Amino acid sequence: MPVTLYDKLWDEHLVETDDTNESLIYIDRHYLHEVTSPQAFEGLRHKNLKPWRLDANVATPDHNVPTDRGDSFSAASIEDEVAKIQVVELDKNCNNFGIHQFDITSNKQGIVHVMGPELGYTLPGMTIVCGDSHTSTHGAFGCLAMGIGTSEVEHVLATQCLKITKLKNMLINFNGHPQRGVTSKDIVLHLIKLIGTAGGTGHAIEFSGSYISSASMESRMTICNMAIEAGAKVGLTGVDETTLNYVKKHSNLSDSMFSQASEYWQCLTSDPDANFDQTINIDVSKIKPQVTWGTSPEMTIDFDADIPSQEDVNEASHENLLLAKSYMGLDNLKTLQDLSFDRIFIGSCTNSRIEDLRDAASAVKGRKISKDITEAIVVPGSGMVKAQAEEEGLDKIFLDAGFLWRDPGCSMCLGMNPDQLKPYERCASTSNRNFEGRQGNLGRTHLMSPLMAALTAVNGKITDPS
Amino acid sequence: MTNSVITGIVATFDRDNIDTDQIIPTEYLKSIKKFGFGDFLFDGWRYLDEGRLDMTAEDRSKNHDFILNKEPFTNAEILLARDNFGCGSSREHAVWALRDFGFKAVIASSFGDIFYNNCFKNSVLPIKLSKEEINHLFEISKSPSVNFQIDLQRKNLQFGHDSSYSFDVKDSLLDRIINNLDDVDITLKHKSDIEIFEQTRRNQRPWLFDYTN
Repeated sequence: MPVTLYDKLWDEHLVETDDTNESLIYIDRHYLHEVTSPQAFEGLRHKNLKPWRLDANVATPDHNVPTDRGDSFSAASIEDEVAKIQVVELDKNCNNFGIHQFDITSNKQGIVHVMGPELGYTLPGMTIVCGDSHTSTHGAFGCLAMGIGTSEVEHVLATQCLKITKLKNMLINFNGHPQRGVTSKDIVLHLIKLIGTAGGTGHAIEFSGSYISSASMESRMTICNMAIEAGAKVGLTGVDETTLNYVKKHSNLSDSMFSQASEYWQCLTSDPDANFDQTINIDVSKIKPQVTWGTSPEMTIDFDADIPSQEDVNEASHENLLLAKSYMGLDNLKTLQDLSFDRIFIGSCTNSRIEDLRDAASAVKGRKISKDITEAIVVPGSGMVKAQAEEEGLDKIFLDAGFLWRDPGCSMCLGMNPDQLKPYERCASTSNRNFEGRQGNLGRTHLMSPLMAALTAVNGKITDPS
Repeated sequence: MTNSVITGIVATFDRDNIDTDQIIPTEYLKSIKKFGFGDFLFDGWRYLDEGRLDMTAEDRSKNHDFILNKEPFTNAEILLARDNFGCGSSREHAVWALRDFGFKAVIASSFGDIFYNNCFKNSVLPIKLSKEEINHLFEISKSPSVNFQIDLQRKNLQFGHDSSYSFDVKDSLLDRIINNLDDVDITLKHKSDIEIFEQTRRNQRPWLFDYTN
């Protein structure tokens, strides 16, 4: 019987299934960071347990680290005492238990979902978990990757397994060639607008079609990253030449090991005629640049469309619409072009890879940020992305335009570090969530592509990127 | 000790997509403890000022229009919401905050997948009902305040004198709440199965082991 990629990965990692249909799934890679791991390590200590398999774990601090660290920074330099405790605690836990960490002083440190793939810790066919919902990112490598809670972090540390039930299969075919100015971010935002933030709940979403085949690994990661914003904790794409080329370049497996592995990796696609519980076909050539207007990623519109009014939505959604418009300060506005922006954030595990920075730099080269913008920051996803961008001179382009060029971390995507919006500030952001208060108490977030955010920086307003 | 019946006051949240950032904002994720999040539950809606981890509810300026600041809902134990409750971030702190406030059950028409799993690790019961049933529960919850009774063994939610809905939930998950079971203990009973599986994997897929860069 033909099977889906998700089913193949499931079967490959299935240790056993109990009589209530819960299964033990073996975990190949476990990423850890400072925010969702301390209580898990504490749990191990309490039960007098050690990590099951040390080499499966890789850690780095990313969520709450300051991004203006410069040289000779250490955990002790963090001014926020509470944040410092978490970073120090991660150091302590990794040292005590023997877990490999790229700590805050490492030039490889970065957002765990950016750092992992570029250092070859993410390999095709793996099961990958992390106490972070954007772990779906790694599905771009033909992996079964998902975010987990802290109790599950402890469980994986202690048993190398996750106890879960199988998801349903959903297939999204992205076919066609995108218009100029339309990126993977626009395509995934369009999908979320279409199926809603609960559209993929209970499903693993496989992304396929001619657009995915032609897309870079960076673009595929952006799309899988936001599967969770469509409700699916697992997003994935099949392995092809693009995947293998990336892995060859980024991992340091020996040639013989790589070729042995590639033979297996090449079968990591859904079989033709595999059965999906749901299939959606989307012609990406019809998609315009997308921008969110509200407080949920499904509140997305074409950049030049009218902001929805009560008449545009069904009655059950009236209350949600009114609350979102009021929070976002849109009560009397008709289009997104009417908005003035205060802040620009280019970064996050969704859009802080080298391709994203190149896209953004292309839009600001030789220009200056609008005087209406009080602060525009670029936060590379990792030490390696930062070094690569500097080698290409992208940092100069951003700095000349008036952007701040920062050190790697999650930064203003969730505002756990000092990079936060002030109340009522409006931000053009390349991150993944426009929830109330996400980037700072009462802050207003509009999600968009790096290209669109960069254009918004120079124009002060949403403009046509084509 | 077993937890087989939940009886309590119902607090209603009439909106979709209540994400885990609303349930507990990132500021409070800086704690390294597993308890003490109750005062920060729904922080952005519950207070008028910005809080910090070292503050308590007493230190804060309260939004008196918010349901959990009104009597008798300060003692609510059951939360009723609409669609996609607990979507977004995987933070288990969201469940810890609900639990620490005193919530023992959340009723909604759907839940974020990761949140749903996290609930069972912390003795908070998520109950999925149809949209029609949720509509009806909102209707009857309009009176000053109502109590529901949830029988975990019978998977039954009782409201009013003789009305009830049955709900579906996996027995093994329910069992964790009823008997306060710990997943790690359960799984480690299968230690040798995992070891055998791992050894086979090490032989077949050697590139997955001992990799560093």
